[in-house]
Amino acid sequence: MYRETEILQQTSPGIIGETGEFTINVGPQHPATHGVLHLVITLSGETIKKVEPHLGYIHRSIEKMCESLNYRQFIYVTSRMDYLSAHINNHACALCVEKGLQIEVPPRAQVIRILMDELTRVASHELWWGAMAMDLGAFTPFFHAFRERESINEIMEETCGARLTMNYIAPGGVVQDLHPDFQRRVKEFLKLYKRKIHEYDELVTGNIIFQNRMKGIGMLSAKDAISYGVTGPAARGSNVSSDIRKIQPYEIYDKLEFDEVLETGCDSFARYMVRIREMQQSIRIIEQLIDNIPEGDFQAKTKAVLKLPKGEFYTRVETARGELGVYIVSEGGTTPYRIKFRSPGFSNLSVLDHIARGSKIGDLVAMMGTLDLVIPDIDR
Amino acid sequence: MWSLAHIANEIHQWLNNTFNPTWTLIIEMVLAGVAVIGLFAALGLVLVLMERRVAAWIQIRLGPNRVGPLGLLQSMADTLKLIVKEGLTPDGADKVMFNIAPFIAMIVAMLLMAPIAFAKDFQLWDLNIGVLYVTAVSSIMVISILMAGWSSNNKYSLMGAMRSGAQIVSYELSAGLSIMTIIVLTGSLQVSDIIQAQSNGWWIFKGHLPVWISFIIFIIAVTAETNRAPFDLAEAESELTAGFHTEYSGMKFALFFLAEYINVFIVCAIGATLFLGGWMPLHFGSNNAFNNAMDYIPSSVWFFGKTFFLIFLIMWFRWTFPRLRIDQLLNLEWKYLLPISMFNLLLATAMAILGWHF
Repeated sequence: MYRETEILQQTSPGIIGETGEFTINVGPQHPATHGVLHLVITLSGETIKKVEPHLGYIHRSIEKMCESLNYRQFIYVTSRMDYLSAHINNHACALCVEKGLQIEVPPRAQVIRILMDELTRVASHELWWGAMAMDLGAFTPFFHAFRERESINEIMEETCGARLTMNYIAPGGVVQDLHPDFQRRVKEFLKLYKRKIHEYDELVTGNIIFQNRMKGIGMLSAKDAISYGVTGPAARGSNVSSDIRKIQPYEIYDKLEFDEVLETGCDSFARYMVRIREMQQSIRIIEQLIDNIPEGDFQAKTKAVLKLPKGEFYTRVETARGELGVYIVSEGGTTPYRIKFRSPGFSNLSVLDHIARGSKIGDLVAMMGTLDLVIPDIDR
Repeated sequence: MWSLAHIANEIHQWLNNTFNPTWTLIIEMVLAGVAVIGLFAALGLVLVLMERRVAAWIQIRLGPNRVGPLGLLQSMADTLKLIVKEGLTPDGADKVMFNIAPFIAMIVAMLLMAPIAFAKDFQLWDLNIGVLYVTAVSSIMVISILMAGWSSNNKYSLMGAMRSGAQIVSYELSAGLSIMTIIVLTGSLQVSDIIQAQSNGWWIFKGHLPVWISFIIFIIAVTAETNRAPFDLAEAESELTAGFHTEYSGMKFALFFLAEYINVFIVCAIGATLFLGGWMPLHFGSNNAFNNAMDYIPSSVWFFGKTFFLIFLIMWFRWTFPRLRIDQLLNLEWKYLLPISMFNLLLATAMAILGWHF
């Protein structure tokens, strides 16, 4: 029997097993999944016995598509994987191509890339913060988060020409130079952000209901985090050092002053605090760089047609959700022979069943929020 | 001074002179029914629009501003949409129960209108057990939610309904006990007596600590009893999509929606009557100049002002707080609110016997 038919039979109305357990579908269309994720959850009353994710509803075979696109083109498809950190995805791919071709990226381009990365990270965390609060039933933070995110989007729009899928990075540097207003706009954003950041704590972090909903639930030990391959803020909430910017610095991250945010709580609240504090670290990086953008080329001289030498290339970067790995196998042609993305969302989702068992259905939603799942990133 | 009571008396006398007493009673009942339905519809429209504008104000956006002047006709347009929409009944549903449930919710909300004094001497039925009647009738509400959840034949609905059942039954205790505080102080269950007892100061001012505590508990308990956020577990749209009314559409959904808002109005009206003096203007002891000045504001303005202040408070909760989890919700009631309100009732009783209040 097809698995889907089986699920349909299990989840049809009125079927409650002999043990009193029953199965419900959360998704593919459900307010809590923020996309087309399908979870089949087995419940006993309000208590979760099992969570079974079903993927593939938004699978677009991006990896296969990349095999028929050349090394300049395939980067732009990856914007559609994790659309909230599209810029960082592009960055990872460009790094991999540059590694293969051994292109030296000019310092100006490196700084621009990092600035954009960190702005993307802040924007992504802002959206996560709003959606997280919405999962817990508070609607207002979503709009407050969008107020700050909007000014980042405007900065992106001016320089890159797009607000969400920026497509701003090309092998060798960036597509075009910064907009003349860029520095002024970023400084304005920094000012706005610092004026508004206390609202985040007052509205959500310090709220007693919120803290009670988050503390002590969704426990993920450091050992489990490592064995499930959890990365990014979700792992750092369990005190697992996993920031690629620190472990294996790319571009000029090793010259910048910032801290890897680690929390020891291991619960949902720790994962929440990691992201909140990480935003401040990103702001710190932007502050260091915004007045020190070196003059020079924004792109290295590259050949019109890029051909990677025969071999295998792997790079990894830290996206807003965790470690994104890009693995290219080249046969020496103009298109990759095989591409594989190691997306953070996929491994982070795999831990959901482990942390959700035994908790209430309301907690499941909160835990999914703290894992910060972006479904197109999981399915690709 | 002009008041709504004069109009009511005029009509009553005219009817008495024109018809025999039986017909007078029947005509008056019909008039009252029409008035309640009219008020019901008007309140529904106003409260939905108010909620959306309050939400927009809190969320730094504009809210509905396209339909009619300042968006005032928005809820009219929404109602029209809901009326013309098809009301689906799912295949596996228990059809009779499924279709009756929204009407029960509606009828309960209407019945609750009876003992509320909207202005000086302007009340449908000043029965001698007014407050008891309100607490008794409002608990029928849970039956309609359970019926809706059970008959939908949907697991989300059922879970929402069970949550709601547990929630309403528990929070009724606290709401009842906090109402008891005022009854102990007043010595009457009649709404007009309770209001009259506040003619030299509202209970919130002259009741000291026990009344303040019971007022806070009352607000928390009625927020939970009307299934409003942060206690909206019965709907909990991020967990249960729409909870007990997942399968409802069109006008049947609208009736649930309306009943929710009318219930909010009613509990706020009760709160205003018990703690803030109902239609009674702001009076301070024997300060006659001040009291007379306050009397010039019509009593209906006082009543609706206080009620809408409480409604605003409840809307403010909804758009600020995250939702509680079901076990936390029940813990809050059984481990904190209930013991506190029991102790508080003892305190209030002692105070009433010793005459420590003003």
